[in-house]
Amino acid sequence: MTEQEAITNEESEELRIGAFICECGVNIAGAVDCYAVADYISTLPNVVTAVVNKYTCSDAGQAEIKNAIKDLNLNRVLVASCTPKTHEPIFRACVEEAGLNQYLFEFVNIREHCSWIHMWEKEDATRKAKELVRMGVARAALLEPLESSEVPVTNKALVIGAGVTGMQAAMDIGDMGFKVYLVEQGPSIGGKMAQLDKTFPTNDCSICILGPKMVEVARNENIEIMSYSEVEEVDGYVGNFKVKVKHKPRYLNIDECTGCGLCTEKCPVEVPYTEFNEGIGTRKAIYTPFPQAVPLRALVDKSICIDCGACIKACERGAIDMDQTETFSELDVGVIVVTAGYDVYDPEPNHDFGFGFYDNVITTMEFERLINASGPTMGKVVRPSDVQPPKRIGFVQCVGSRDKNSNIYCSSFCCMASLKNAQLLKEKYPETEVYIMYMDMRTPFRMYEEFYNRARDMGIRFIRGRPAEVTENEDHNIIARIEDTLTNEIVNLELDLMVLSVGAVASESTETIRQILKVSKAADGFMMEAHPKLKPVDTTLDGIFIGGMTQGPKDIPYSISQGSACAARATRFLAQGKAMTEGITAKVDDDICVACGVCVPMCPFQALSIEDDKLKILTALCKGCGTCMAACPTGALDQSHFKNEQLLAQVKNVFAYGEV
Amino acid sequence: MSDFEPDILTFCCNWCSYAGADLAGVSRLQYPTNNRIIRVMCSSRVEPIHILEALKEGTDGILVTGCHIGDCHYIEGNIHTDERMKEIVDALEHLGLKDRLRLEWVSAAEGKKFQETITDFVEKIRALGPNPLKEKAKEE
Ligand SMILES: Cc1cc2nc3c(=O)[nH]c(=O)nc-3n(C[C@H](O)[C@H](O)[C@H](O)COP(=O)(O)OP(=O)(O)OC[C@H]3O[C@@H](n4cnc5c(N)ncnc54)[C@H](O)[C@@H]3O)c2cc1C
Ligand code: SF4
Ligand code: SF4
Ligand code: FES
Repeated sequence: MTEQEAITNEESEELRIGAFICECGVNIAGAVDCYAVADYISTLPNVVTAVVNKYTCSDAGQAEIKNAIKDLNLNRVLVASCTPKTHEPIFRACVEEAGLNQYLFEFVNIREHCSWIHMWEKEDATRKAKELVRMGVARAALLEPLESSEVPVTNKALVIGAGVTGMQAAMDIGDMGFKVYLVEQGPSIGGKMAQLDKTFPTNDCSICILGPKMVEVARNENIEIMSYSEVEEVDGYVGNFKVKVKHKPRYLNIDECTGCGLCTEKCPVEVPYTEFNEGIGTRKAIYTPFPQAVPLRALVDKSICIDCGACIKACERGAIDMDQTETFSELDVGVIVVTAGYDVYDPEPNHDFGFGFYDNVITTMEFERLINASGPTMGKVVRPSDVQPPKRIGFVQCVGSRDKNSNIYCSSFCCMASLKNAQLLKEKYPETEVYIMYMDMRTPFRMYEEFYNRARDMGIRFIRGRPAEVTENEDHNIIARIEDTLTNEIVNLELDLMVLSVGAVASESTETIRQILKVSKAADGFMMEAHPKLKPVDTTLDGIFIGGMTQGPKDIPYSISQGSACAARATRFLAQGKAMTEGITAKVDDDICVACGVCVPMCPFQALSIEDDKLKILTALCKGCGTCMAACPTGALDQSHFKNEQLLAQVKNVFAYGEV
Repeated sequence: MSDFEPDILTFCCNWCSYAGADLAGVSRLQYPTNNRIIRVMCSSRVEPIHILEALKEGTDGILVTGCHIGDCHYIEGNIHTDERMKEIVDALEHLGLKDRLRLEWVSAAEGKKFQETITDFVEKIRALGPNPLKEKAKEE
């Protein structure tokens, strides 16, 4: 029997629908009388059996479905339970194992869309569940078998963003033997961790542990670093993504440059170094990003270059090329990992705690650069107004976090970051008075609470409360007025320097790449995972994964774990060498189609064309959105699995008008 | 008219608003029981005939929901949805039914917006009274 014959046979058979109603413990049964639903459903045409399960997705539940398919000769299966977003693949696989085409399975959501939103209205919720299932039965009767196609997977990966998360993901994928393109928008890999001074909870030097890892990434023969590059376009689907990458001009030949710095010495133009040193200290128009940069190559900031030619003369290797323009690469990859990180919250627009008004109010990121031995002040902590060492320093927690005027979420790393910086200050300048003004100190995970205790033992003072008013006196000292909510006292704290412990926000560049890839955005603005518990690094898009700060605020160990998790999840596809694509596509009825071409420009994926007076559908390009058929004036186009008659059956059978 | 409970049908796209409705459920956000959801892959799959048939069947209000502009999983499907819905609303105006159709963008993270949208629409339709085609539909 050929496949086609088998399909036709199934069609000519009498319809035999089996319905399985899940109680989901009390999740559904608590608000829906599942037995009443089953009783009603068994009265509907073509329904051979209607069963209530405690948990339909359990082994026992699935076995019951499989047995019923065999024993009762079912040719359609309907499950009324939770959401297809998580459980459709499970039940599709289940019916396939029992020999039924997976597209002959119909899913009805009576949990997220019924019992959980009508928790105290059992009667109405039960009636609604009956109608939802009734609608599903009408649709099930019209389902048709489809073949989902197996597509080959290009065994290469793309990692977007080379902070510590992306570096980890790239190394793990590379070590598993697959080629990785690591695209970084900045001139060096490393991300925000490269800017940090020390890292909690061990206070080891950030670049000393990151630097060797950066070199390892560069040495990994499976990783191709594309620095100073951006992803512009992404097309295709799991296994077969086509990616266009823009390489921004560095105005020098990267193969000739050795990063010696002779050019930088001669360059006469100097500007504040905002990109790496948070605007403290300066850089030249031609510069290498930082001493440990990978690749250690210079680049020209054309926006300030005065074309004097000093660098060209200075370069012994003739590397500089002021005529360079942007170039592009086209990459074929099977999977994409997004690790595009974050931005720190910017207190400038709202002048939080006087930031922007008073010189001696700075952010923790600025502080990281100030206390860093290879930073702009060689690690000497000085305050901006008079470049003198501050004797009284206060950290303000939750700036841009846990505040309904900015972001309601906790950024999670900033309590620990301030504890770290306070300790570093005490170690370096034991005579300094250090204060931490907080709402709650949050220190979960191994060695973190101990770290907090260490800070207390070192004499760091904790004030529970945040400044209600911040002013500056004639010495440019900051006066913070705080209600200490533990002692119920108003404290007027005079500080030489006040440091705002800023939280994390989704950056503009992550938003750009999010929109290119069509990954969902969570309420906090970061990219959204497929499931908050079960699929923390997957997205709802097959073959696209997210990790590190891109997915929400987190510290380095958590970020690295997600980098590795992304690698493991992504490599499954690469190792299998194949992926399944949905069988849901556009279909044309040549007898009805008049080749008017109205649909052709509708398709966002160029899947349609008129050839020889006929509409041609390139099924490999069709993603099954349905845009074209809604435009067709003759009704010649239809969408498999979401056929007009199937949708209309739902529309017509939803409300039973008192019958249930 | 106080005992009138409107029958509402909502089309959700697979990628955004369906997930938004799921999130409302997971978050246990309670809303009226009047609504039934039909899932389509993209809001652009919804054709005028689906809406007209639903009205003919006596459905009191129809919501078409999808991803926010710029977020459509199929790039610009929802832009077509937007254009089409405007045309359908124009057509419904002649039939005096235009307030029974509403278009709303709901992201996967907007469970609360989904809850509020349904609650508000149910109230609006309740105030509007039953679809005049309902009695006929019930008879058939
Ligand atoms: C003041 C401060 C102190 C901190 N101290 C500590 C500490 O002591 N210990 C600790 O564990 N954590 C600390 N953290 C948190 C730490 O910075 C993060 O956990 C970590 O950097 C996250 O790494 P990431 O790779 O996910 O993101 P990032 O470091 O932000 O890296 C993302 C990379 O992606 C690139 N990128 C962005 N968009 C694109 C795009 N569209 N295309 C290509 N590339 C792109 C960026 O240029 C960047 O290189 C601190 C944070 C702050 C703000
Ligand atoms: S980690 Fe601490 S400072 Fe940061 S947002 Fe959470 S509570 Fe506030
Ligand atoms: S359903 Fe139509 S518009 Fe959508 S991808 Fe397929 S051919 Fe293009
Ligand atoms: S996929 Fe949501 S509107 Fe197109």
